[in-house]
Amino acid sequence: MAAITLIEAVTQALAYEMTHDPSVVVLGEDVGVNGGVFRATAGLSARFGEWRVYDTPLDEMGIAGVTVGLAAQGMKPVAEAQFEGFIYPMMEQIVCHAARMRNRTRGRITCPAVWRAPWGGGIHAPEHHSEANEHLFTNVPGLRVVLPSSPARAYGLLLAAIRDPDPVIFFEPKRIYRQYKEEVPDDGEALPLDVCFVLRDGSDVTLVTWGAQVKECLEAADALAAEGVSVEVIDVATLTPLDFDTIAESVHKTGRCVIVHEAPKTAGFGAEIAARLAEECIYDLLAPVERVTAYDVHTPLYRLEMKQMPSTAQIVAAAKRTLAAS
Amino acid sequence: MSIAASFEIEYLQYLDADGKLVRKDLPEFAKNLDHMVELYKLMVSTRVFDTKSIALQRTGKLGTYASCLGHEAAHVGVGSSMKPEDVLAPSYREYGAQLYRGVQPRDVYMYWGGDERGNDYQKEPARHDFAWSVPIATQCLHAAGSALAFKIRGEKRVAVCMIGDGGSSKADFYGAINFAGARDLPLVAVIVNNQWAISVPRRIQSGAKTLAQKGIAAGLFCIQVDGNDIIAVRKAMEDALERARSGKGGSVLELVTYRLGDHTTADDARRYREADEVKDAWTREPIKRLRAYLESKKAWDEKKEEAWKHECDEWMDNEVNSYLETKAQPIEAIFDYTFAELPADLQKQRALALSLEKGAH
Repeated sequence: MAAITLIEAVTQALAYEMTHDPSVVVLGEDVGVNGGVFRATAGLSARFGEWRVYDTPLDEMGIAGVTVGLAAQGMKPVAEAQFEGFIYPMMEQIVCHAARMRNRTRGRITCPAVWRAPWGGGIHAPEHHSEANEHLFTNVPGLRVVLPSSPARAYGLLLAAIRDPDPVIFFEPKRIYRQYKEEVPDDGEALPLDVCFVLRDGSDVTLVTWGAQVKECLEAADALAAEGVSVEVIDVATLTPLDFDTIAESVHKTGRCVIVHEAPKTAGFGAEIAARLAEECIYDLLAPVERVTAYDVHTPLYRLEMKQMPSTAQIVAAAKRTLAAS
Repeated sequence: MSIAASFEIEYLQYLDADGKLVRKDLPEFAKNLDHMVELYKLMVSTRVFDTKSIALQRTGKLGTYASCLGHEAAHVGVGSSMKPEDVLAPSYREYGAQLYRGVQPRDVYMYWGGDERGNDYQKEPARHDFAWSVPIATQCLHAAGSALAFKIRGEKRVAVCMIGDGGSSKADFYGAINFAGARDLPLVAVIVNNQWAISVPRRIQSGAKTLAQKGIAAGLFCIQVDGNDIIAVRKAMEDALERARSGKGGSVLELVTYRLGDHTTADDARRYREADEVKDAWTREPIKRLRAYLESKKAWDEKKEEAWKHECDEWMDNEVNSYLETKAQPIEAIFDYTFAELPADLQKQRALALSLEKGAH
């Protein structure tokens, strides 16, 4: 078994599910012969043909609405938004139809669809190609928002997303698409949705994050460990519906929490987690909850984009502030 | 200079405003007078239903309602030409098409009466049709997606979407016909041009001479039809459905009609259009001409008219009673269809809502 990157794990999951479920179709711009601008669908057109790996017209709104139609008529479409910055024309279909089809029809029509989008910054891309906008979807009822942070989780969570009977937004952190390889058995085993993954056990402080920022949080945990601080790292993975219990259990143990995300601070999803900690875990907290996030500014063009992104040093400093508070 | 492309848009009409045939090549279905009577009866029942709906709203028993007055030939013509296995994606006033496919008046009352169960059509083939789509033209893409599903699975089915003249201005409509044209998907996009998008008249909605010709840009077959003439609507639909079913591609039909009523019960059209225009439109309305035609063929008369209207009244009264007697859903219903399985957080909120119902605070 060869080790694969996160983007290769996406391809492997798509191929597995298309092989085993004829109702799965992939659609989007350049997903066919070209194999996607990030190569997520490389080789799929040759294996499954042009109708199941469907090159659409250049029309994001159209892709989203056609995806709803496919899902409503018994297919399991996996649509690609080429970049998360181009997902806005899709939002009406996702919010007004995909997410509420089951509710509107009292379960008569459902929308088992997945929207994949390369997400976040850090690859020196042009304007509109580097946004972190998951919070725009996390307060839409009926919608799952999932972000994998490793090849194995990309494979297992994408399989789960495709098999889920409800619509899923699947944001792929493009900064770590090819960051490292790991062995991911192509066994069709899905990972659970709606569950946080505890990536590292610790007892002094909890780092809560998702997507590419898992990398910086694990680095921060290493740096703090060298100074004798025991850090727990949680990858939220499914933002909504949120598995708050795992976060609460961790904070009950550590008493300190730092939330790290690449999206802007105000009303980012970290705000929801911080509010829940205040509501449900205030007496467990030994220090104020810290948030390390992007600033409330537009994603800068690439000369400055890494300055906007939470750094390992910022995370370490925030963790130390929580330790100093008690 | 050479011509890169040129096109013409045919206009189709069989029955003029007085119910006289203007063509001799009557389609097969129209030669069957029993069938034409059935279509006429549904057009009349649709109007009785519509009148009843407005009365319900005016007496506070129904929420905002979008009337279909004047659209009966267009709607019944579309619904009656489709096969059961086809799929309809309506906007929100195409009751004539939906009643033909098994939507019940009580469903319409439930939906406009504030109850999601109105979208849970119980009877086939409506059960596999789309529900009402309020965001304008968004349903066109659902039909295009359905058409793609049929094409992928090799099914000989057609997806039909219905929009208004205003809806044909939207990117969703253009996107849907472009998707269909690019790969010959079995899509029939029906523009019911009733001349008014709330207060904006057709004149300033689009600079195109016909709305049908919008399909030319997408590579679809296009035709403009007298939307008050059910024979023409049926004929154009049957041809379009056959083309789509046999893999020859999609169509755009423009059915030219007139919105004789307000946009919805929340609207007052007297603010923006002249009474004379409406009075003139009434001379071309669809039911009068079909009745004149059927009476000229001795297939209908005043006695039958009275008997059928009486039957419709009883039918609608029964439907209204069924709607009014249906109690609101229990509070947990607002949670139970959000996901296939209720997530933990929603279970807690559901429990809270239930406890509030029982008087807890």
